[in-house]
Order: sequence, then C-alpha cells, then structure tokens
Amino acid sequence: MDSFTQTAWLIPLFPFAAFLLLTALGRGYRRAGVMIGSIGSLLALIMSLLVLFERLDPNAVDYSNSYKWIDLGDYTLKVGFEVTNLNALMLVIVTAVSFLVNVYSAGYMKKDERITVFYGYVALFTFAMLGLVLSDNMLVFYIFWELVGVCSFLLVGFWYARPAARAAAKKAFIVTRIGDAGLLLGIIVLFWYMPGHALDFSSIHNVFNEGQSGAITMTITTSIALLLFMGVIGKSGQFPLHVWLPDAMEGPTPISALIHAATMVAAGVFLLARTFDIFEASAAAMHTVAYFGGFTAIFAATVALAQNDIKRILAYSTISQLGYMVMAMGLGSMTGGMFHLFTHAFFKALLFLAAGSVIHAVHTQNIHEMGGLGSKMRITAWTFGIGALSLSGIPPFSGFWSKDAILGTALDEDPFLFAIGLAAAFCTVLYMSRLFFIVFTGKSRVRQPNEVRESGLAMAIPMVVLAVLSVVAGFVETPWNGWLGNWLTGGGEEVHANGFAIVASIAVGVLGIYVGWLMYGRAYREQSPAAARMPWLVQLLERQYYVNEFYNVVIVGTVRWIGKLLHAFDEHVIGGAVRLVGFTAVAGGRVMTRLNNGQTQTYGLTAVIGLVVIIAAIVGRRFW
Amino acid sequence: MLPSYLTMAAILFCIGLYGALVKRNAVIVLLSIELMLNAVNLNLVAFSKYGVVPSLTGQVFALFTITVAAAEAAVGVAILIALFRARGTVHVDEFDEMRR
Repeated sequence: MDSFTQTAWLIPLFPFAAFLLLTALGRGYRRAGVMIGSIGSLLALIMSLLVLFERLDPNAVDYSNSYKWIDLGDYTLKVGFEVTNLNALMLVIVTAVSFLVNVYSAGYMKKDERITVFYGYVALFTFAMLGLVLSDNMLVFYIFWELVGVCSFLLVGFWYARPAARAAAKKAFIVTRIGDAGLLLGIIVLFWYMPGHALDFSSIHNVFNEGQSGAITMTITTSIALLLFMGVIGKSGQFPLHVWLPDAMEGPTPISALIHAATMVAAGVFLLARTFDIFEASAAAMHTVAYFGGFTAIFAATVALAQNDIKRILAYSTISQLGYMVMAMGLGSMTGGMFHLFTHAFFKALLFLAAGSVIHAVHTQNIHEMGGLGSKMRITAWTFGIGALSLSGIPPFSGFWSKDAILGTALDEDPFLFAIGLAAAFCTVLYMSRLFFIVFTGKSRVRQPNEVRESGLAMAIPMVVLAVLSVVAGFVETPWNGWLGNWLTGGGEEVHANGFAIVASIAVGVLGIYVGWLMYGRAYREQSPAAARMPWLVQLLERQYYVNEFYNVVIVGTVRWIGKLLHAFDEHVIGGAVRLVGFTAVAGGRVMTRLNNGQTQTYGLTAVIGLVVIIAAIVGRRFW
Repeated sequence: MLPSYLTMAAILFCIGLYGALVKRNAVIVLLSIELMLNAVNLNLVAFSKYGVVPSLTGQVFALFTITVAAAEAAVGVAILIALFRARGTVHVDEFDEMRR
C-alpha cells in the first residue's frame, strides 16, 4: 500500500549521507561539495513530495514504526518514525526551503573558503530537522531538537573570525538552552505521569485527547504544558528568550533564511502542534501560550520599526510572526498556526534570500546606505516586494490568508488579542514598507554605485521559486475553503470565515502601506518627522526596549558575580591549600638544608634537640 | 646522698655538653668530652655505693671507662695534631668536609 510512507525514514538519511560525504572529502572539492549538498537535499525533497502526495489521499492512515532501542527492566525505550499529515507538511516545508537555500548558497557563498564545511553543516542541519519532524516519541524528538540547536550554533558562528559572530553563536546556544532545560523537565514529568511511561505522540494523543485528562490531574497537565512551552519560548524566540534571534543574524544570510526564519525557529510551533492535546487539556496553559504569543507579536513588530540593519528588521519580523503562530495555537487554532508556519516559511525565506542578494551587491547591512536599488536589481526588488506584500497580509498573497485565519480565530475567541494582532499587523506593514521604500526606491546612497548589479542565476532562481510559492501557497486554506484544516486535523475544526476580520486586516494593510509611503516613500529621510518629534520612543525601540541591557545587568551580572565568587573560592581556599602544602615541603627542605652544613657541632646539637624532644614526649605523657 | 651525686653528675654532663657543642677550639671540645665521661663515671660510682643493689661492679666499670677515655683522648689528640698540620688551624667550625 503506502510504499513511500513506509520508507519515509530514508528522507533524513539523504542529507545525512551528504554530510558524511562532505566531511570525508574535506575542503578541496568545492564544486563537488556544492553538488553533493544540493543533490542530498533534492533527493529528500523528491521523497518528501512523494510522501505528501500519498498523504493527500483522504483514506491515508497515519503510519508509525518503531524499533526497540534499550530494555530497562519492564520498560522498553523505542526509537521510531511516524508519518501523519502534519509531519508530511513539515517534511515538504523543510526539504523545499533547504534545497532552495542549497542552490542559493552556491552563488552566495561562492567565494567563501570554507564552502564545503558550510554545505556539510547545512546537510547536518537538514538531517536533524527532518529527524525532528519524523520522530515518533518525545525522547527522539528531544535528541534532534538539541541537534538542530548545535547546527544553529555552528552556522551562526560560521564566520568565527568575527568576534560578533562568536558572541552571537554562544548567545544563541545559551539562551535556547534555558528553554531546552524546561523542555527536558517537561518530558521527564510527562514520562513520570504517563500510563506505562509511554512517550510516543500517539499515546500522548490518546491520554490527553478531548480534554479528558482522567489519567493525569489538571495541575500536572498544566505544569507539563508550561514546561514544554518553555522549550517553545527558547527555540521559537518568544518574548523573554527572544534575544538570541536578532543576534543570530551574524550567520551567513542563507542560514538566516533556512534556520532562523523558515525551519528551526518553527520547530517550537511544530512542538506545540505535535503536543497540542496536552495544551488543549489545560485552559490555563492555552491562555498563557496565547498571551505570550500575542505580546511577542506586538513587541517584536514595534522593535522592527526602528532598526536600521536589514537583517535585524527581518529577524524581529520573524519573532513577531512566530508570536502570531504561537498565539494561534494558544487560541486553539492549530490549523491557523500551522498554516501561518507554512506560508511564513516561504515568504520569510524569500525575504531573507532577497536581503542576502542586496547585501551581496552593496556589501552593507545598513538600510540607510542602500536606496534606489530597484532599478539595478529588478529580480531582487520584485521578489522582495512580493515577499513584503505577502508578509504584510495583502490579498491575494499567501500571508494574507494565513494571517486572516489567525485574526479570524482571535476575533471569535478573544477580542483583546484580536486588537493586539491587528496592531501588530499594522506595525508589520509599516516596517515592511519602510524597509522596501528605503532600500529599493529613491536616490542611491550606495558607496560604490557602479558595482551594484543583479545577483547570478543560482541566487535568482530560488528567489523566483519562493516568490511563486509565496503567491500561491495561501490558497490551500481560504475562508471559503478549509481544505488544509480538514486535512491536518481530520475535519475537527470549522472554518472561521469572518467578514469583519478580513475587512479589518485589508484595511490595516492598505493603511499601513499608505502611511509608510507618506513617511518614507515620497522622499528619503534619515528620520521621519514623527520620529523626530519623539526621540525617546525611537531610542527605546532602537535599543529593543533595553531587554539586552536588562539581561546584561540582572542575569549576566548575577551569574558573573556568582562565577567570581566561586572563582575566588577556588583561587584562595582550594588553591591556597594546595600552595600551603607545597610551601610546607619547600620550607621544610630549606630548614633541613641549613642543618646539613658539615659542622659536627650542628649535628650534635640536632641530635641533642631530638633527644630532648623524645624525652619531653615520654615524660610529658605522664601529665597528659 | 644519691640525689646530690646525681645532680653533681648532671651539672658536669651539661657543662661538658655545652662545651662540646659550642666551643670553637678543638682541644677544649676534647676536654669537654672528657668532662661528660667523668660525669658518667661519677654516676657509676654513686650507684655502686648508694644504689638499690650496691656492689663493686660499678667501680670496676668506672675503671674501664677511665681506661677507654684515656685511649680516646690519645686518638683524639693525635687526629687533632694531624689536622693542625694539614689545615693550620684547630677551630672546629672550619672543618666542614662532611658537607661535601
């Protein structure tokens, strides 16, 4: 029957084989390295598409297969894979973006000395991400979850000669680690309370399904959900732990597109979808998730308004859009969240690739040193424009449909979050139009205008493909056609067709573009008149609400202080004891050397003193 | 009576010990050693007379000691003369060959 589905475990092995080959080959084979990496991800993409087509059959049943890993007394630890509609969708997203990024990098990283290493890391990442998507239980999921974190660390710090890249890599690793600790605790608690200690997703689904958490009490359910959500916060850059994502932009731009926009950061949202039953069983957890998401959406969108680095703007935009997805999950609309993940993967990857094309041409990331690029880089400008319109939620681009699905749900469930979502949408449109107008229109402010030219085919083709996808991807789920939702959840969710939400989001989009054009489009200004009137607000946004500074003082400072304390203990107490032992030996040796001076009389004196000591000891014992 | 003899012997011994350890002149060091030996002789005689089991043995031992001390003094003075001829000095603190 489902032959491709049953061999889905092969999909991650293609990139893994590519990784092994690339590592074995070393740095020499530059062209071959590019080919190996691209072919590995292409095979994975083809295979994923075949699996997806099989899943499109309405009669397809979920398939899972697992093998015994470790026997622990009565308990058997299993490792396996599972193919559901959700997984199949993620497979295609990951492999598609990965393949396109592989092709794009052939152009973007052409002159880099370590291009083979780069391709190796990307292949390893693709392997890890596919493993994460396919895993059938929480433990295997967690292993791959950490592995993608490692790849992210390696790739953020790819240009490790730059101190900023090193710092960013460390920051990304450490900050996500805080969330991962929560996730691990959540898995442990889940393991403890699950009947039969089962960790596979189908058992979790059965135990928590439909809110009947009879086997596990409400308090435990909520704490498990919140602990798992900590992992989501870390990986998907939600509010308190979002600080690593903008810094992660120090990595090569294709990586920003692949890992920090389309796939890895979406892993958190995917985890929410995967363990959705646990969250649904606890209303408190759902509210927490929704409000964290909503706050992140508006918070990051406002910060993006005042950034001057093209990649930082897009990074904050990613955080904001992830906030949307998380909010949708929290509002109970798994379809909305996954749908937005799906469309966002394409248009945000597109935006990053286009931004990379711009950076490649002008050798700067500061938007104020660009300007007027539209006439010289037509493909980049057009594709970027399509991505921006899609992100802004202008119909008929894909972002409109997914954002509308979320906003429609929000209007039904929680009007306050709807208002927040709408405000964030307005900010989104505003910062995207600011970015577009400053970079692509007006007069050129480029340092060397003659060197600006369109990127090569290797870079242009992935951008065009993604642009096409950004336009059409939205039609899988529209207010009058709930195909994706039915397919993902088995018809569990009704379509939220809400006229008011649609009208409001279109109005906000158009208004945002108009305001953006008024402020930035008509003529270039370093600072808009509105900003000039409120310098403190601009300052606040530009410094990202001083979150980094706050963390530096409160958390980093505290940890440093503890570290200093422990260091002082080590230095003075433990080291002191060691030095004391050494000093005693040396001093004793010195005294003995002094005694051994060849004088008979000194020897005699020593003997007498020894005798006196012995006598004193023997006599003294009597008075003890 | 015994304690006063023993005290006398102890004082003699201490003076001898002091001289043997402190004096620079090798001749005086030798004399000090004789002093310590004589302190021992005094003890032997005192114990043979006033000890728990008085007998003549102690006095015989004292005679032996005096003989051995005479031999020792002869050998010591001979070494001293040889040293003086070789090094031109009788100061003990200048003899530190044991150091090497």
